[in-house]
Amino acid sequence: MKILLLLGYWILVIIMGLLYMGIARKVTARIQNRYGPPFYQAFLDVLKLFSKRETASHGVMHSLGPVIAFAGISTTLLFLPLGKGAPVLHFQGDLFVFLYLIVIGPLGMALGAGESNNPNATIGIARALSLMLGYEIILFMATLPVFVHFKTASIYEVILNQGAFPNWAGIKFPLSMLGGLIALQGLLGEKPFDQPIAPHEIASGPTVEYGGKYLGLLQLWHAVAIIVETGLFIDVFFGPQNILWFFLGTFIVFMLSVVINAVMPRFRIEQAIRFYWGVPLLLVVLGILQYYLWR
Amino acid sequence: MGLFKISQGRSLWMVHFCTGCGAVEMPPTMTSRFDMERFGVAPMATPRQADVLLITGYLTVKTLKRVIMVYEQMPTPKYVIGFGSCTVNGGIYWDSYNVIKNLELYIPVDLYIFGCMPRPESIIDAFLKLRKMIEEGKANKWKDYIERYDWYKQNQAKLFDVNKWRVQK
Repeated sequence: MKILLLLGYWILVIIMGLLYMGIARKVTARIQNRYGPPFYQAFLDVLKLFSKRETASHGVMHSLGPVIAFAGISTTLLFLPLGKGAPVLHFQGDLFVFLYLIVIGPLGMALGAGESNNPNATIGIARALSLMLGYEIILFMATLPVFVHFKTASIYEVILNQGAFPNWAGIKFPLSMLGGLIALQGLLGEKPFDQPIAPHEIASGPTVEYGGKYLGLLQLWHAVAIIVETGLFIDVFFGPQNILWFFLGTFIVFMLSVVINAVMPRFRIEQAIRFYWGVPLLLVVLGILQYYLWR
Repeated sequence: MGLFKISQGRSLWMVHFCTGCGAVEMPPTMTSRFDMERFGVAPMATPRQADVLLITGYLTVKTLKRVIMVYEQMPTPKYVIGFGSCTVNGGIYWDSYNVIKNLELYIPVDLYIFGCMPRPESIIDAFLKLRKMIEEGKANKWKDYIERYDWYKQNQAKLFDVNKWRVQK
Protein backbone atom coordinates (compact mmCIF):
# COMPACT_ATOMS: atom_id res chain seq x y z
CA MET A 1 0.00 0.00 0.00
CA LYS A 2 2.78 2.38 0.94
CA ILE A 3 4.59 1.51 -2.27
CA LEU A 4 1.50 2.45 -4.29
CA LEU A 5 1.27 5.71 -2.35
CA LEU A 6 4.92 6.49 -3.06
CA LEU A 7 4.42 5.66 -6.74
CA GLY A 8 1.44 8.02 -6.79
CA TYR A 9 3.52 10.78 -5.21
CA TRP A 10 6.29 10.16 -7.72
CA ILE A 11 3.95 10.54 -10.71
CA LEU A 12 2.27 13.56 -9.13
CA VAL A 13 5.62 15.25 -8.57
CA ILE A 14 6.76 14.60 -12.16
CA ILE A 15 3.52 16.09 -13.50
CA MET A 16 3.71 19.10 -11.19
CA GLY A 17 7.39 19.65 -12.04
CA LEU A 18 6.70 19.65 -15.77
CA LEU A 19 3.78 22.01 -15.19
CA TYR A 20 6.04 24.36 -13.22
CA MET A 21 8.59 24.29 -16.07
CA GLY A 22 5.90 25.15 -18.60
CA ILE A 23 4.48 27.97 -16.49
CA ALA A 24 8.02 29.26 -15.89
CA ARG A 25 8.53 29.58 -19.64
CA LYS A 26 5.20 31.40 -19.95
CA VAL A 27 6.07 33.78 -17.09
CA THR A 28 9.51 34.48 -18.57
CA ALA A 29 7.86 35.21 -21.92
CA ARG A 30 5.37 37.63 -20.38
CA ILE A 31 8.20 39.47 -18.62
CA GLN A 32 10.01 39.80 -21.95
CA ASN A 33 6.78 41.13 -23.53
CA ARG A 34 6.21 37.97 -25.57
CA TYR A 35 3.20 35.71 -25.79
CA GLY A 36 5.11 32.57 -24.84
CA PRO A 37 4.51 28.84 -25.36
CA PRO A 38 1.42 27.11 -23.93
CA PHE A 39 1.68 26.02 -20.28
CA TYR A 40 1.77 22.34 -21.32
CA GLN A 41 4.81 22.86 -23.57
CA ALA A 42 7.12 20.92 -21.23
CA PHE A 43 4.92 17.81 -21.55
CA LEU A 44 5.10 18.05 -25.35
CA ASP A 45 8.88 18.47 -25.22
CA VAL A 46 9.36 15.37 -23.05
CA LEU A 47 6.95 13.30 -25.16
CA LYS A 48 8.78 14.36 -28.32
CA LEU A 49 12.19 13.60 -26.83
CA PHE A 50 11.06 10.10 -25.87
CA SER A 51 9.76 9.52 -29.39
CA LYS A 52 13.14 10.24 -30.95
CA ARG A 53 15.67 7.60 -31.94
CA GLU A 54 19.16 8.13 -30.62
CA THR A 55 21.76 6.30 -32.68
CA ALA A 56 24.96 7.68 -31.23
CA SER A 57 26.46 6.34 -28.04
CA HIS A 58 29.66 7.35 -26.37
CA GLY A 59 29.91 4.36 -24.06
CA VAL A 60 28.08 2.63 -21.24
CA MET A 61 28.48 5.38 -18.66
CA HIS A 62 27.28 7.99 -21.14
CA SER A 63 24.00 6.10 -21.43
CA LEU A 64 23.77 5.38 -17.71
CA GLY A 65 24.45 8.97 -16.60
CA PRO A 66 20.89 10.33 -17.03
CA VAL A 67 19.50 7.12 -15.47
CA ILE A 68 21.69 7.61 -12.39
CA ALA A 69 20.65 11.26 -12.17
CA PHE A 70 16.95 10.44 -12.43
CA ALA A 71 17.17 7.49 -10.04
CA GLY A 72 19.09 9.64 -7.55
CA ILE A 73 16.51 12.42 -7.52
CA SER A 74 13.64 9.89 -7.35
CA THR A 75 15.26 8.33 -4.26
CA THR A 76 15.64 11.79 -2.74
CA LEU A 77 11.92 12.26 -3.25
CA LEU A 78 11.24 9.35 -0.87
CA PHE A 79 12.62 11.43 2.00
CA LEU A 80 10.74 14.61 1.13
CA PRO A 81 7.47 15.04 3.05
CA LEU A 82 4.85 16.63 0.81
CA GLY A 83 3.18 18.45 3.66
CA LYS A 84 2.16 17.34 7.14
CA GLY A 85 -0.47 14.72 6.38
CA ALA A 86 1.62 13.01 3.72
CA PRO A 87 4.34 11.00 5.41
CA VAL A 88 6.86 9.22 3.26
CA LEU A 89 10.01 7.59 4.60
CA HIS A 90 11.18 9.40 7.69
CA PHE A 91 13.50 8.59 10.53
CA GLN A 92 15.87 10.44 12.83
CA GLY A 93 18.67 11.83 10.67
CA ASP A 94 16.95 11.68 7.28
CA LEU A 95 18.05 15.27 6.61
CA PHE A 96 21.62 14.07 6.09
CA VAL A 97 20.51 11.26 3.79
CA PHE A 98 18.50 13.84 1.87
CA LEU A 99 21.40 16.26 1.54
CA TYR A 100 23.72 13.50 0.35
CA LEU A 101 21.23 12.03 -2.13
CA ILE A 102 20.46 15.42 -3.69
CA VAL A 103 24.07 15.56 -4.97
CA ILE A 104 23.70 12.28 -6.92
CA GLY A 105 21.90 14.07 -9.76
CA PRO A 106 24.79 16.36 -10.76
CA LEU A 107 27.26 13.54 -10.10
CA GLY A 108 25.37 11.17 -12.40
CA MET A 109 25.40 13.82 -15.06
CA ALA A 110 29.13 14.36 -14.45
CA LEU A 111 29.86 10.67 -14.93
CA GLY A 112 27.78 10.51 -18.09
CA ALA A 113 28.95 13.75 -19.65
CA GLY A 114 32.58 13.00 -18.77
CA GLU A 115 32.61 10.00 -21.07
CA SER A 116 31.43 11.98 -24.09
CA ASN A 117 34.88 13.64 -24.31
CA ASN A 118 33.32 16.90 -25.38
CA PRO A 119 35.28 19.86 -23.98
CA ASN A 120 32.06 21.85 -23.47
CA ALA A 121 30.66 19.06 -21.31
CA THR A 122 33.84 18.93 -19.24
CA ILE A 123 33.74 22.70 -18.66
CA GLY A 124 30.08 22.47 -17.70
CA ILE A 125 30.75 19.70 -15.19
CA ALA A 126 33.69 21.56 -13.70
CA ARG A 127 31.46 24.61 -13.28
CA ALA A 128 28.60 22.59 -11.75
CA LEU A 129 30.85 20.97 -9.17
CA SER A 130 32.60 24.28 -8.36
CA LEU A 131 29.27 26.04 -7.94
CA MET A 132 28.24 23.29 -5.54
CA LEU A 133 31.04 24.47 -3.22
CA GLY A 134 29.25 27.81 -3.13
CA TYR A 135 25.61 27.00 -2.45
CA GLU A 136 25.93 23.72 -0.50
CA ILE A 137 27.69 25.42 2.42
CA ILE A 138 25.04 28.13 2.54
CA LEU A 139 22.20 25.62 2.33
CA PHE A 140 23.63 23.42 5.11
CA MET A 141 24.26 26.37 7.41
CA ALA A 142 20.85 27.92 6.68
CA THR A 143 18.97 24.79 7.76
CA LEU A 144 21.21 24.25 10.79
CA PRO A 145 19.55 26.62 13.36
CA VAL A 146 16.09 25.25 12.46
CA PHE A 147 17.12 21.69 13.17
CA VAL A 148 18.96 22.65 16.35
CA HIS A 149 15.94 24.67 17.49
CA PHE A 150 13.52 21.75 17.10
CA LYS A 151 16.12 19.28 18.47
CA THR A 152 15.68 16.86 15.61
CA ALA A 153 17.39 15.81 12.38
CA SER A 154 14.27 14.68 10.58
CA ILE A 155 12.52 16.92 8.03
CA TYR A 156 9.14 15.40 8.88
CA GLU A 157 9.48 16.16 12.61
CA VAL A 158 10.46 19.76 11.81
CA ILE A 159 7.14 20.15 9.98
CA LEU A 160 5.24 18.50 12.84
CA ASN A 161 6.86 20.71 15.47
CA GLN A 162 6.68 24.11 13.83
CA GLY A 163 2.90 24.34 13.39
CA ALA A 164 0.92 27.10 11.71
CA PHE A 165 1.56 30.70 10.66
CA PRO A 166 3.29 32.66 13.46
CA ASN A 167 5.45 29.69 14.48
CA TRP A 168 7.11 29.23 11.11
CA ALA A 169 10.84 28.66 11.25
CA GLY A 170 11.13 31.18 8.42
CA ILE A 171 9.73 33.86 10.73
CA LYS A 172 11.83 32.79 13.71
CA PHE A 173 15.01 32.71 11.62
CA PRO A 174 14.52 35.30 8.86
CA LEU A 175 18.25 35.64 8.14
CA SER A 176 18.69 31.89 7.62
CA MET A 177 15.59 31.85 5.47
CA LEU A 178 16.98 34.61 3.26
CA GLY A 179 20.32 32.80 2.98
CA GLY A 180 18.50 29.58 2.09
CA LEU A 181 16.56 31.42 -0.61
CA ILE A 182 19.80 32.66 -2.19
CA ALA A 183 21.29 29.15 -2.02
CA LEU A 184 18.14 27.82 -3.68
CA GLN A 185 18.75 30.04 -6.72
CA GLY A 186 22.08 28.24 -7.27
CA LEU A 187 20.61 24.84 -6.49
CA LEU A 188 17.92 25.36 -9.13
CA GLY A 189 20.53 26.59 -11.59
CA GLU A 190 18.62 29.76 -12.45
CA LYS A 191 20.35 32.99 -13.40
CA PRO A 192 22.64 34.50 -12.18
CA PHE A 193 23.85 30.98 -11.29
CA ASP A 194 23.29 29.10 -14.53
CA GLN A 195 26.99 28.77 -15.40
CA PRO A 196 26.88 24.93 -15.69
CA ILE A 197 24.26 25.10 -18.45
CA ALA A 198 25.15 28.26 -20.30
CA PRO A 199 23.73 27.75 -23.80
CA HIS A 200 25.44 30.78 -25.35
CA GLU A 201 28.87 30.13 -23.88
CA ILE A 202 29.45 26.39 -23.69
CA ALA A 203 26.56 25.01 -25.77
CA SER A 204 24.41 23.81 -22.83
CA GLY A 205 27.34 22.29 -20.93
CA PRO A 206 26.90 18.71 -19.65
CA THR A 207 23.93 18.03 -21.91
CA VAL A 208 25.88 18.94 -25.04
CA GLU A 209 26.13 15.34 -26.31
CA TYR A 210 22.75 14.27 -25.00
CA GLY A 211 19.76 14.18 -27.30
CA GLY A 212 16.57 12.22 -27.73
CA LYS A 213 15.65 9.89 -24.89
CA TYR A 214 18.67 10.85 -22.75
CA LEU A 215 17.63 14.47 -22.84
CA GLY A 216 14.05 13.44 -22.09
CA LEU A 217 15.24 11.66 -18.97
CA LEU A 218 17.29 14.71 -17.98
CA GLN A 219 14.19 16.89 -18.44
CA LEU A 220 12.27 14.60 -16.09
CA TRP A 221 15.19 14.82 -13.67
CA HIS A 222 14.99 18.58 -13.81
CA ALA A 223 11.22 18.47 -13.26
CA VAL A 224 11.55 16.36 -10.09
CA ALA A 225 14.58 18.35 -8.94
CA ILE A 226 12.57 21.60 -9.01
CA ILE A 227 9.99 20.14 -6.61
CA VAL A 228 12.58 18.45 -4.40
CA GLU A 229 14.76 21.54 -4.05
CA THR A 230 12.00 24.10 -3.50
CA GLY A 231 10.19 21.47 -1.40
CA LEU A 232 13.11 21.19 1.03
CA PHE A 233 13.06 24.96 1.49
CA ILE A 234 9.28 25.05 2.07
CA ASP A 235 9.34 22.03 4.41
CA VAL A 236 12.10 23.43 6.59
CA PHE A 237 11.10 27.09 6.78
CA PHE A 238 7.32 27.18 6.25
CA GLY A 239 6.06 23.85 7.65
CA PRO A 240 3.34 23.06 5.09
CA GLN A 241 0.17 21.72 6.76
CA ASN A 242 -1.12 19.74 3.79
CA ILE A 243 -0.19 18.78 0.24
CA LEU A 244 -2.03 21.73 -1.33
CA TRP A 245 -0.12 24.19 0.82
CA PHE A 246 3.08 22.37 -0.07
CA PHE A 247 2.52 22.81 -3.81
CA LEU A 248 1.37 26.40 -3.37
CA GLY A 249 4.55 27.17 -1.42
CA THR A 250 6.88 25.47 -3.89
CA PHE A 251 5.12 27.25 -6.74
CA ILE A 252 5.57 30.67 -5.14
CA VAL A 253 9.23 30.04 -4.31
CA PHE A 254 9.94 28.70 -7.80
CA MET A 255 8.19 31.61 -9.48
CA LEU A 256 10.24 34.03 -7.37
CA SER A 257 13.34 32.29 -8.66
CA VAL A 258 12.06 32.42 -12.26
CA VAL A 259 11.31 36.14 -12.03
CA ILE A 260 14.84 36.79 -10.78
CA ASN A 261 16.12 34.53 -13.58
CA ALA A 262 14.26 36.54 -16.21
CA VAL A 263 15.87 39.88 -15.37
CA MET A 264 19.41 38.81 -14.41
CA PRO A 265 22.55 38.33 -16.47
CA ARG A 266 24.99 35.52 -15.68
CA PHE A 267 27.88 35.66 -13.23
CA ARG A 268 31.24 34.25 -14.21
CA ILE A 269 31.92 31.12 -12.20
CA GLU A 270 34.50 32.68 -9.88
CA GLN A 271 32.21 35.67 -9.32
CA ALA A 272 29.38 33.29 -8.39
CA ILE A 273 31.45 31.44 -5.78
CA ARG A 274 32.85 34.68 -4.42
CA PHE A 275 29.31 36.02 -4.15
CA TYR A 276 28.19 32.96 -2.18
CA TRP A 277 31.11 33.21 0.19
CA GLY A 278 30.26 36.86 0.86
CA VAL A 279 26.82 38.19 1.84
CA PRO A 280 24.86 34.90 1.96
CA LEU A 281 27.53 33.31 4.17
CA LEU A 282 27.33 36.32 6.50
CA LEU A 283 23.53 35.97 6.59
CA VAL A 284 23.55 32.31 7.57
CA VAL A 285 26.32 32.81 10.16
CA LEU A 286 24.22 35.61 11.68
CA GLY A 287 21.27 33.20 11.60
CA ILE A 288 23.20 30.67 13.69
CA LEU A 289 24.40 33.44 16.05
CA GLN A 290 20.80 34.64 16.37
CA TYR A 291 19.77 31.20 17.61
CA TYR A 292 22.44 31.14 20.30
CA LEU A 293 21.97 34.77 21.40
CA TRP A 294 18.15 35.10 21.46
CA ARG A 295 16.86 31.70 22.19
CA MET B 1 1.36 6.93 -31.58
CA GLY B 2 -0.84 9.90 -32.47
CA LEU B 3 0.25 11.66 -29.31
CA PHE B 4 3.91 11.29 -30.34
CA LYS B 5 3.12 12.80 -33.77
CA ILE B 6 1.36 15.79 -32.18
CA SER B 7 4.21 16.36 -29.74
CA GLN B 8 6.77 16.13 -32.55
CA GLY B 9 4.90 18.78 -34.51
CA ARG B 10 4.41 21.13 -31.61
CA SER B 11 7.88 20.99 -30.14
CA LEU B 12 10.35 21.81 -32.88
CA TRP B 13 13.83 22.47 -31.59
CA MET B 14 16.06 23.90 -34.24
CA VAL B 15 19.71 24.43 -34.80
CA HIS B 16 20.14 27.33 -37.18
CA PHE B 17 23.23 26.95 -39.28
CA CYS B 18 24.10 30.58 -39.85
CA THR B 19 26.15 30.47 -43.01
CA GLY B 20 24.86 33.38 -44.99
CA CYS B 21 23.10 36.68 -44.56
CA GLY B 22 19.87 34.86 -43.65
CA ALA B 23 20.99 34.62 -40.06
CA VAL B 24 20.12 38.26 -39.60
CA GLU B 25 16.42 37.43 -39.84
CA MET B 26 16.61 34.93 -36.97
CA PRO B 27 16.99 37.22 -33.91
CA PRO B 28 13.76 39.19 -34.59
CA THR B 29 11.96 35.90 -35.18
CA MET B 30 13.13 34.48 -31.86
CA THR B 31 12.75 37.55 -29.68
CA SER B 32 9.84 39.67 -28.49
CA ARG B 33 8.46 41.07 -31.72
CA PHE B 34 7.67 37.86 -33.61
CA ASP B 35 8.23 35.31 -30.78
CA MET B 36 8.53 31.91 -32.43
CA GLU B 37 8.53 30.23 -29.00
CA ARG B 38 4.74 30.52 -28.82
CA PHE B 39 4.62 27.74 -31.43
CA GLY B 40 7.02 25.57 -29.45
CA VAL B 41 9.97 26.44 -31.71
CA ALA B 42 13.11 27.01 -29.68
CA PRO B 43 16.75 27.45 -30.69
CA MET B 44 19.06 24.71 -29.42
CA ALA B 45 22.77 24.81 -28.85
CA THR B 46 23.82 21.48 -30.35
CA PRO B 47 22.69 19.23 -33.22
CA ARG B 48 22.18 16.31 -30.81
CA GLN B 49 19.26 18.11 -29.19
CA ALA B 50 17.74 19.48 -32.38
CA ASP B 51 14.90 18.35 -34.66
CA VAL B 52 15.11 20.97 -37.37
CA LEU B 53 18.18 22.09 -39.27
CA LEU B 54 17.73 25.56 -40.68
CA ILE B 55 20.13 26.41 -43.51
CA THR B 56 20.10 30.18 -43.60
CA GLY B 57 21.41 31.32 -46.93
CA TYR B 58 24.12 30.24 -49.32
CA LEU B 59 26.44 27.28 -48.76
CA THR B 60 29.97 27.09 -50.05
CA VAL B 61 31.56 23.69 -50.59
CA LYS B 62 33.54 24.17 -47.42
CA THR B 63 30.48 24.86 -45.24
CA LEU B 64 28.53 22.07 -46.93
CA LYS B 65 30.94 19.59 -45.36
CA ARG B 66 30.10 20.97 -41.92
CA VAL B 67 26.38 20.98 -42.67
CA ILE B 68 26.52 17.30 -43.58
CA MET B 69 28.38 16.53 -40.36
CA VAL B 70 25.78 18.45 -38.35
CA TYR B 71 22.92 16.78 -40.20
CA GLU B 72 24.26 13.28 -39.63
CA GLN B 73 24.68 13.96 -35.90
CA MET B 74 21.02 14.81 -35.38
CA PRO B 75 18.79 12.07 -33.97
CA THR B 76 15.86 10.97 -36.14
CA PRO B 77 13.18 12.06 -36.96
CA LYS B 78 14.84 15.20 -38.28
CA TYR B 79 13.85 17.88 -40.75
CA VAL B 80 15.67 20.39 -42.90
CA ILE B 81 14.36 23.79 -43.92
CA GLY B 82 16.13 25.57 -46.76
CA PHE B 83 16.00 29.26 -46.10
CA GLY B 84 16.12 31.86 -48.85
CA SER B 85 16.62 31.67 -52.58
CA CYS B 86 20.28 30.64 -52.29
CA THR B 87 19.36 27.14 -51.17
CA VAL B 88 17.01 26.66 -54.14
CA ASN B 89 19.08 27.75 -57.10
CA GLY B 90 22.06 29.68 -55.81
CA GLY B 91 20.26 33.02 -55.67
CA ILE B 92 22.58 35.88 -56.45
CA TYR B 93 25.50 33.44 -56.36
CA TRP B 94 24.07 31.52 -59.38
CA ASP B 95 27.36 31.78 -61.30
CA SER B 96 29.78 31.41 -58.41
CA TYR B 97 32.37 28.67 -58.76
CA ASN B 98 32.34 27.82 -55.04
CA VAL B 99 28.67 28.01 -53.99
CA ILE B 100 26.38 25.00 -54.27
CA LYS B 101 23.29 25.74 -56.34
CA ASN B 102 20.72 23.20 -55.14
CA LEU B 103 20.80 22.02 -51.55
CA GLU B 104 18.44 19.12 -52.27
CA LEU B 105 21.19 17.23 -54.11
CA TYR B 106 23.32 16.92 -50.97
CA ILE B 107 20.93 16.65 -48.02
CA PRO B 108 17.15 16.01 -48.10
CA VAL B 109 15.13 19.21 -47.69
CA ASP B 110 11.59 19.08 -46.33
CA LEU B 111 10.64 22.67 -46.94
CA TYR B 112 11.94 25.76 -48.69
CA ILE B 113 11.31 29.35 -47.73
CA PHE B 114 11.59 31.58 -50.78
CA GLY B 115 12.74 35.15 -50.79
CA CYS B 116 15.86 37.16 -50.42
CA MET B 117 15.50 37.64 -47.48
CA PRO B 118 12.37 35.92 -46.22
CA ARG B 119 10.54 37.98 -43.60
CA PRO B 120 10.09 36.63 -40.04
CA GLU B 121 6.41 36.06 -40.83
CA SER B 122 7.30 33.64 -43.60
CA ILE B 123 9.76 31.80 -41.32
CA ILE B 124 7.00 31.28 -38.75
CA ASP B 125 4.68 30.27 -41.57
CA ALA B 126 7.23 27.65 -42.64
CA PHE B 127 7.35 26.20 -39.14
CA LEU B 128 3.55 25.99 -39.03
CA LYS B 129 3.59 24.27 -42.42
CA LEU B 130 6.20 21.84 -41.12
CA ARG B 131 4.04 21.14 -38.07
CA LYS B 132 1.11 20.33 -40.34
CA MET B 133 3.30 18.06 -42.47
CA ILE B 134 4.56 16.20 -39.41
CA GLU B 135 1.07 15.70 -38.03
CA GLU B 136 -0.08 14.37 -41.41
CA GLY B 137 3.00 12.13 -41.60
CA LYS B 138 4.36 13.80 -44.73
CA ALA B 139 7.71 15.07 -43.43
CA ASN B 140 9.63 11.90 -44.17
CA LYS B 141 12.66 13.16 -46.05
CA TRP B 142 15.03 11.86 -43.34
CA LYS B 143 13.98 8.35 -44.36
CA ASP B 144 14.91 9.26 -47.91
CA TYR B 145 18.44 10.06 -46.77
CA ILE B 146 18.75 6.57 -45.27
CA GLU B 147 17.19 4.78 -48.26
CA ARG B 148 19.09 6.69 -50.96
CA TYR B 149 22.26 7.23 -48.97
CA ASP B 150 24.45 6.19 -51.92
CA TRP B 151 22.82 8.71 -54.23
CA TYR B 152 23.41 11.56 -51.79
CA LYS B 153 27.00 10.43 -51.19
CA GLN B 154 27.59 10.28 -54.97
CA ASN B 155 26.44 13.86 -55.33
CA GLN B 156 28.58 14.92 -52.41
CA ALA B 157 31.57 13.04 -53.84
CA LYS B 158 31.43 15.26 -56.94
CA LEU B 159 32.42 18.18 -54.73
CA PHE B 160 34.82 16.71 -52.18
CA ASP B 161 36.33 13.49 -50.86
CA VAL B 162 33.38 11.97 -49.00
CA ASN B 163 35.24 9.30 -47.06
CA LYS B 164 37.47 11.85 -45.43
CA TRP B 165 34.44 13.80 -44.21
CA ARG B 166 32.27 11.04 -42.79
CA VAL B 167 31.30 11.48 -39.13
CA GLN B 168 33.92 9.61 -37.15
CA LYS B 169 32.66 6.77 -34.96
